[in-house]
Amino acid sequence: MKNHLLSINDLTKEDVLSIISTAAELEKITEGPTKKLPTLRGRTIVNLFFEDSTRTRISFETAAKRLSADVINFSAKGSSVSKGESLKDTAQTLQAMGADAVVIRHGSSGAAQRLADSGWISATVINAGDGTHEHPTQALLDAFTIAKRFPERKADFTGLRIAIVGDILHSRVARSNVLLLTKLGAQVTLVAPPTLLPVGVESWPVRISYELDSELEQFDVVMMLRIQLERMTNFYFPNEREYSRRYGLNEDRLLRMKKEAIVMHPGPMNRGLEISAASADSSRSVIVDQVGNGVLTRMAVLYLLLGGATLGEVS
Amino acid sequence: MSKISTNDVYTLKGVSLADGTVLNIVISGSTIASLGSESDGEIIDCTGLMALPGFVDLHTHLREPGKEDSETVLTGSRAAVVGGYTAISAMANTSPVADTAGVVEQVFRLGKEAGLCEVFPIGAVTVGLLGERLSEIGAMAESAAAVRVFSDDGKCVSDPLVMRRALEYVKSFGGIIAQHAQDPRLTENSQMNEGEVSSRLGLAGWPAVAEEAIIARDILLADHVKSRLHICHLTTRGGVELVRWAKSQGINVTAEVTPHHLLLTDELVESYDPIYKVNPPLRTQADVLALREGLADGTIDIVATDHAPHPTEDKECEWSAAAFGMLGLETALSVVVKTMVETGAITWSKLVEVMSINPAKIGGYDRQGKPLQVGGPANIVVVNPTAEWIVDRGHMASKSRNTPFHGMTLPTKVLHTIFEGVFVLKDAELTGAKHE
Repeated sequence: MKNHLLSINDLTKEDVLSIISTAAELEKITEGPTKKLPTLRGRTIVNLFFEDSTRTRISFETAAKRLSADVINFSAKGSSVSKGESLKDTAQTLQAMGADAVVIRHGSSGAAQRLADSGWISATVINAGDGTHEHPTQALLDAFTIAKRFPERKADFTGLRIAIVGDILHSRVARSNVLLLTKLGAQVTLVAPPTLLPVGVESWPVRISYELDSELEQFDVVMMLRIQLERMTNFYFPNEREYSRRYGLNEDRLLRMKKEAIVMHPGPMNRGLEISAASADSSRSVIVDQVGNGVLTRMAVLYLLLGGATLGEVS
Repeated sequence: MSKISTNDVYTLKGVSLADGTVLNIVISGSTIASLGSESDGEIIDCTGLMALPGFVDLHTHLREPGKEDSETVLTGSRAAVVGGYTAISAMANTSPVADTAGVVEQVFRLGKEAGLCEVFPIGAVTVGLLGERLSEIGAMAESAAAVRVFSDDGKCVSDPLVMRRALEYVKSFGGIIAQHAQDPRLTENSQMNEGEVSSRLGLAGWPAVAEEAIIARDILLADHVKSRLHICHLTTRGGVELVRWAKSQGINVTAEVTPHHLLLTDELVESYDPIYKVNPPLRTQADVLALREGLADGTIDIVATDHAPHPTEDKECEWSAAAFGMLGLETALSVVVKTMVETGAITWSKLVEVMSINPAKIGGYDRQGKPLQVGGPANIVVVNPTAEWIVDRGHMASKSRNTPFHGMTLPTKVLHTIFEGVFVLKDAELTGAKHE
């Protein structure tokens, strides 16, 4: 595995399978009375969050603490970053403090790669979401979640049909998932109004659909993306009612899905907009599982990237 | 250091012209005294070297007044001379904006004081580059700077009525409007060319249509009011087609292309290194090839650098926070040779047209862009066409370092730049001499 996790493109298929199997193993180990492992004791992990994201930050923080790492949370608001300090100066400050890994969330696409490539810092960089580019650990936890729901496949998604529905244009979750799920063999269909698909999407290894209904019965996984209300002001769609009617996962659509098909959502959800409450809370929904799997997947990523002791030793 | 002063006589011996003729050029004062076998005064051996009319840049950002940390008229003039330019055109987006006679006269005077090349200020079309009210175009035209080229470069004159009026107004003194073609609504928050690469990188797209729609509109406006239109930094295949069509219709439009758009493509953005962030953005290989073809067949009239210096901190950051722009003056010739001459697309004589003769004509620069002839102005660049050099951002004459060509090996070295007879660059070193 490479030193950093900036994009799913940094991972080979073997790397992905290794992360998924490590997450599964960590789940077994931490099911016992002690949730905490000593593998990263003495290592310092910085959560560098230029954007508010309580969910992702808490997930990474929990993962790092369960591996006994020291965690520093550095959020932009109220810090020197909001007073105009550059990414470079922040990075060099963290370097001077001896950070072993920096988990970065940033509103600018490419910020994580910039941090890793610039020479400002020698720590391992983990991308926790950069602008509208990628969110690799989200895709990894999604793949882990799907793998657990279809255990007979042993993380081979060949022939699995997965729909990703919603604002593809602005979604880092969609970009990472397209790369990862197709790497594992899945057939991915992006479902969105044409306004919310990027120009150039025809070069992606996916199928495109402008409507949700025609193939709904054939999907094994339906992943709904959060729709941001500010998109309406830029004419991406007329209003939320129309969006919800055409692209929302309501009960009618839920009932038409394949018997074993599952519903996913990276959160936070807009209940009643892209997903109805009944769909979110149904037995098909693995949305709560995704959260738990997120901690395990991030533990696996930190563990593998920071080269902790072998799992055999600690268990 | 050269001892040659303005009144001296000297001979460029055994130098070849763009057409391959080898001869001696005798320079006396600021004039070419003879071309042929004679020699006089100090003899400068130019065997194997090529003498061309000094280059003329119609699109330069000199940053003074207001952003002297990135460039000044003096440091920009130095960069120009290193690149073989004897005239440059200072864009209006300074602080304060060059929208009054006072500011253009200040820039003009600073150019004279620097004395390394001619500095022609470009006036803003609208007050503060805001696109709302015409600036004092007439006052700038009548000032000591005698401005003929007007542009809101960096911003587009997007209001069609304002653009129409500007095109009409400059007819009274033979002026020209240089348009930065960018529909503002179609490019809000745009970061790079919109296409396959931007879809993957998750960077907001700057679509070709935002450039082409304005070009098409302005061509039709220029035809309607029978005025002169110049399109700045053309970057798309569709834009080339539009200008080609306009010229076939006899519409009075000229166009420029930058060296970087002749060589670099949007795939470089995959590094997320803001050194490649520029406006208009780097496009695709198909666009690059269309631009080269357009330059070769005369659709595109000139090469202009869009030399855009920025301080290090404006590029040493994440992509979206970085400034748009690249250095151009010191590498322009080499990039044009690499992309156009070495590929066989144009001859050296054609290079002289697009880098010297045509821009001087468009700008109305009387002592520039003249074929080397007896009695003509001694604004001359001498280059070594067979030398190669490696671009080093640590050794730029510009005050800034934001060249996208750092580390590249490029063909052709500028050795001597002669401005009004004065050796301002000799053996690729600034001599310290200037034209008084």
